[in-house]
Amino acid sequence: MILGRVVGTVVATRKDERLVGAKLLLVRNIDPHGKDEAGYLVAVDTVDAGEKERVLVVTGSSARMASGLKDCPVDAAIVGVVDTVEVTD
Amino acid sequence: MLLARVIGTVVATRKDPGLVGTKLLLIQPLRPDHSPHGKPLVAVDSVGAGVTEEVFYVRGREASFPFLPAEVPADAAIVGIVDDWNVPGC
Repeated sequence: MILGRVVGTVVATRKDERLVGAKLLLVRNIDPHGKDEAGYLVAVDTVDAGEKERVLVVTGSSARMASGLKDCPVDAAIVGVVDTVEVTD
Repeated sequence: MLLARVIGTVVATRKDPGLVGTKLLLIQPLRPDHSPHGKPLVAVDSVGAGVTEEVFYVRGREASFPFLPAEVPADAAIVGIVDDWNVPGC
């Protein structure tokens, strides 16, 4: 899973029917210290994350394992809101 | 599978029900000479690994298999703690 920060919302009226009702958020990649990194992705939110929150994003076919996303055409899902990251290096 | 070192922990109270009870660790992928390779990522622990330990992990859909029949939404899972590896010339 990767760490990200919610930077915005995505609205799409015409979309796959399995995505109707899904909340789409724009997520910026961050490093473990919270610093912005290159890259954004659109992820389906399953944990009611809010703007600016640090989140855990699961990508690839595993994203379909998130609750309510079975058989949905998604490859990125927010599966956690991060409280703390402790780095020992 | 790929080699990595556990460099930290991640705590998330609000999370997908499938992740409840799992341990989330921050891992840094390694080269065969033990130097860092690429960016750190978050992996679910299935073997009781701890910080500073060297491990191997699996990526992709298979990362949820150690937890079957539970459906864990994970794309990276630590599946072994490495005692030692030996590469002549490194």
